[in-house]
Amino acid sequence: MEREKLIELIDVSKIYHVGDSEIAANNEIDITIYKGEMVAIVGKSGSGKSTVMNIIGALDTPTSGQYFLEGRDVSKLKGDDLAEIRNKLIGFIFQQYNLLPKQNILDNVGLPLMYARVGERERKKRSMEVLKKVGLDKKYLNLPTQLSGGQQQRVSIARALVGRPSLILADEPTGALDSKTSREVLDLLHQLHKEGNTIILITHDSSIASEAERIIKIADGTVISDTDVKEFKNEIKTNTESSMG
Amino acid sequence: MRLRQTLKVVWANIIGNRMRSFLTMLGMIIGVASVIILVSLMQSFYDSIISSYADMGINNIDVNLMGRNGNLIITESDMYKYAREHSDAIKGVAPNVAVSGTLSKNGEIEEYSSIKGIDENYIKLYNKEIQEGHNITYSDILVRQKVCIIGSYINQKFFEGNAKIGDSVRLNGEEFIIAGILTQISDSSQWSSDNCFYLPYTTAMRLSGMGSVSSYSLYVVNSELVSSETTALQKYLFNTYHDSDAYKVTNLMQMLKESNAQMSILTSVIAGIAGISLVVAGIGIMNIMLVSVSERTREIGIRKSLGAKHKDIMRQFVLEAGVTSTMGGLLGILLGSIVTIKAGDLLKLKAMPNLNTVLVAFCISVGIGILFGYLPARKAAKLNPIDALRSE
Ligand SMILES: Nc1ncnc2c1ncn2[C@@H]1O[C@H](COP(=O)(O)OP(=O)(O)O)[C@@H](O)[C@H]1O
Ligand SMILES: [Mg+2]
Repeated sequence: MEREKLIELIDVSKIYHVGDSEIAANNEIDITIYKGEMVAIVGKSGSGKSTVMNIIGALDTPTSGQYFLEGRDVSKLKGDDLAEIRNKLIGFIFQQYNLLPKQNILDNVGLPLMYARVGERERKKRSMEVLKKVGLDKKYLNLPTQLSGGQQQRVSIARALVGRPSLILADEPTGALDSKTSREVLDLLHQLHKEGNTIILITHDSSIASEAERIIKIADGTVISDTDVKEFKNEIKTNTESSMG
Repeated sequence: MRLRQTLKVVWANIIGNRMRSFLTMLGMIIGVASVIILVSLMQSFYDSIISSYADMGINNIDVNLMGRNGNLIITESDMYKYAREHSDAIKGVAPNVAVSGTLSKNGEIEEYSSIKGIDENYIKLYNKEIQEGHNITYSDILVRQKVCIIGSYINQKFFEGNAKIGDSVRLNGEEFIIAGILTQISDSSQWSSDNCFYLPYTTAMRLSGMGSVSSYSLYVVNSELVSSETTALQKYLFNTYHDSDAYKVTNLMQMLKESNAQMSILTSVIAGIAGISLVVAGIGIMNIMLVSVSERTREIGIRKSLGAKHKDIMRQFVLEAGVTSTMGGLLGILLGSIVTIKAGDLLKLKAMPNLNTVLVAFCISVGIGILFGYLPARKAAKLNPIDALRSE
């Protein structure tokens, strides 16, 4: 079966200028991700994960190189055009949930639809649907602070889903959760993947990364390996054995 | 994002920060209230002056003749003729001969009064009513009779209200027989129109040593004709003298208009000074909005990451400033109206909040909110989403 490209990063670099020196947060990165994949981008702190995620998530543009999202070159877009891309094509899941504390969870979930100018009725209907999917439809009038961390992350997953984006971008989605609720969130992501969603998981934690079917490792702003999960697990095993030995 | 939706978000925010929102509005409340109070009180004070002037005859045209080289040319009969020829608009003409002097009785009580030489038409023309006795007659005028008509104040003062026809009053020492007593029209006090003393204008001319009448009042049938009749009279006089310095034609309407214009300038100046407080209120709103933007940087980052565009963020913050300021304006209108009415009671003025001022103050409060909300809103809209998301 011919696989359809969703994301194509070609020679993507991001250079930051700090004083007189230049920092290449991303250095000539090439990544291709196909529709329906669940991919983890893993690396140590400072390796350039957030930078590449910002580019993939259309929050930022590369200094050089090209980024195609659904065949469209996004790397030269600015301001409102990027906002449009984020709104229509990307669902974000953040480590800190990033819910608006003064709005109830129904309104929080509906935000992407509000900015897509979807009418109030339709917005509420669709928001309730995704809240039901994450099992929080009974709590739709609650404020985020009235929910546990795991529940808040599920709300943010619902918000990421509500606009039916092409890509779900999860940045350390379990970073603030204990292992039990982490498991619930990861299971939910697996379920979404099974339903056909493309998911990119960004993490520094190898055990979380191995939840994905394909793992891209980056270090010092470049891709150092791109393997399927079996290979990745073997690699981890050998690494731990050798370090123990 | 739709307007109604934005308003909901904005409202939630204002209500969510009740105390701060109220303090932000306070400047606007005080500013709007003070504009309304000052302008409305000025207006009602002015209205009360106008209505007291109106009693004095807004239907009159006053003519003063200076003449050329000491020659007046125009005589009483010319003026009577002019009035007759324009009788469709002019009800009558009355010579004005003022006499300065004091009244006395038996050399005891002295009084200042409005002493005026009149003709036989004056009383009727000015709707005065003779309660007792009769009017000055044409023959009184012909023979310069020393008779008079007195107002109720003089009656009270000299006769304890019991003056009889045939009693006498002295004007500058000369004895005048009372021919008529006027009905009280005001409160018989010294400064009211009840303090008056009328004598035949010919007699008055003799007393003041004048050879001819130089001042007349024309009574126009209705006040709307005053201005056109003034022009017509000016034309007639110019055709006689060929010199616009030889005469002066004035009317109360015109004087009121002029003083109205001066009053408007004064009112504008006062409103302007009070208006400065609205600008200060606007700056206060801007200040709070700037604080609000930096406090809500993360919220802005979240909204932007979910697809909010520049104009969505702009609209949210401009509306927040606009709604805050409008609410301040409405509360200011309420406060200003209440204080105006209460102060009016206290000052015994019929004071009502001036509708135009209320509308203008309202529009200004809306406008100022939007104007001063613009800068903070732009600051918010320009935030980089990555930096904004990172902020705590
Ligand atoms: N805005 C920035 N200005 C300067 N340097 C930056 C900026 N953002 C990231 N960097 C640098 O780029 C490198 C990669 O950072 P980042 O992408 O945040 O890594 P990670 O998310 O993997 O921890 C780091 O060395 C970091 O200090
Ligand atoms: Mg990071």
